Amino acid sequence: MSKLMKKDEMMMGTATEAGSTSQLNTGSWRTYAPLTDYDKCVNCMMCWAYCPDSSIVVEDSKKVGVDYQHCKGCGICAVECPVNCIEMKLESDVTDEERDNEKPQPRD
Amino acid sequence: MAERVAKTGNDAAAYALRQINPDVVAAYPITPQTELMHKFAEYVADGDVDTEFVQVESEHSAMSAVVGASLSGARCCTATSSAGLALMWEILFVAAGNRCPIVMPVVNRALSAPINIHCDHSDSMGARDSGWIQLYAENSQEAYDNVLQAIRIGEHPDVMLPVMAALDGFILSHTIEALEINDDETAQDFLGDFKRDYSLLDVDNPYTFGPLALQNYYFEYKKQQIDAMEAARDVIVDVGKEYGELTGRTYGMLEPYRCDDAEVILVGLGSTTGTAKEAADQVREEDGIAAGVLKVRCFRPFPAREIAEALGDAAVVGTLDRAVSFGLGGPLFHEVRSSLSGRDNCAPMVDFIYGLGGRDMPLNSVKDVFRQLADVQKKGKTEADDIRYVGLRE
Repeated sequence: MSKLMKKDEMMMGTATEAGSTSQLNTGSWRTYAPLTDYDKCVNCMMCWAYCPDSSIVVEDSKKVGVDYQHCKGCGICAVECPVNCIEMKLESDVTDEERDNEKPQPRD
Repeated sequence: MAERVAKTGNDAAAYALRQINPDVVAAYPITPQTELMHKFAEYVADGDVDTEFVQVESEHSAMSAVVGASLSGARCCTATSSAGLALMWEILFVAAGNRCPIVMPVVNRALSAPINIHCDHSDSMGARDSGWIQLYAENSQEAYDNVLQAIRIGEHPDVMLPVMAALDGFILSHTIEALEINDDETAQDFLGDFKRDYSLLDVDNPYTFGPLALQNYYFEYKKQQIDAMEAARDVIVDVGKEYGELTGRTYGMLEPYRCDDAEVILVGLGSTTGTAKEAADQVREEDGIAAGVLKVRCFRPFPAREIAEALGDAAVVGTLDRAVSFGLGGPLFHEVRSSLSGRDNCAPMVDFIYGLGGRDMPLNSVKDVFRQLADVQKKGKTEADDIRYVGLRE
């Protein structure tokens, strides 16, 4: 862990550099994980628009994965998906293969 | 040129807001809001100010809106009273913690239950630990002057804290008094511009505001606030002096009245200190009591050292509390007593709780308070927690 700043080394008030959440694993308390059936996905971007944690990873207008470091498992994406291609699965039941499948990667 | 006008306390504070011409004002428009915001809304509607005026659905939202606007670099104000301040509670701490120099006139009125709309300091006294600077006004002149100075105090780079400018409900807020107002140019030259070092809208240098800070950083942030409150002491005095050079009305943390040779000193804040000054004059004349009044203008930061010095060798000290901390007594009493602890000559003290829910505190009642203190002086001592209730039927 990096050295903690002293009081006067910190910025005034509560301000700090932007984007520091990228360094934190805030998805650690997820109970259910979204699993996407990329064969069924039509790339409508509804999940991307509704996700409250910006955890849907998109490249070239295509959904390419889910950011499990920040996804809290709220399930909004699964509810909103118009083609029902997202399943919410209990974390302890998610296989390594399923988890790997949500890593951002090219989708055909 | 300064001008002498007749205004209610509400109008006086609203006029100060007009001269401040804030970038953003967010306020809840109906009860417990007072005519202060009603008047300011007129200035907005008439085009007298350039303010973005946001009417919100609650005081919680009002304070939230000005916190966001303040972080974006806007000069922000709002106003509230009583239950409205209570509903802001959570966000008062957010404003202070985020170092937003928001200026807020607070019209001091009672909290429910039972329902009561009249003068009482329980609203702002309850907020004394929220991290806001608190100024209290004796009259409408001070209400106006305090609102203007609050901008300079809060926005000072060493301070960057929100400021409540309190004025007594009805007694000041709804009563017309003569006061002197500055011309717009003088007021605005005094106010200057607000520049936030880093802001929410600086897209070239993005920041996060109000992030998570747990066991590892929260404490350091709080100490920064403690330091800022300490720095405010000098700033309040300096701004009060500069304002005095401009207007002839100099302000400090305290205003002692006939304290130099006083043996019996009554400490108070708000409009009753005006009555107390007259009462001191009269009991000096009629009863030969060497009476003085110590008006606390600034309650946060609390001027403990200045109070101890001003009370000097007083034989008896009384405090006037228009609020109560249930199970303890009056907040002013306890803080004044703490200021005196450890000093060689700790005078006997009596707390007078008065005026809750707007119960009248006429001249004769304050004179009676001085006479009770003179009795304590004759005896030379009193109980450790001598709390008396003025005008209470029991």
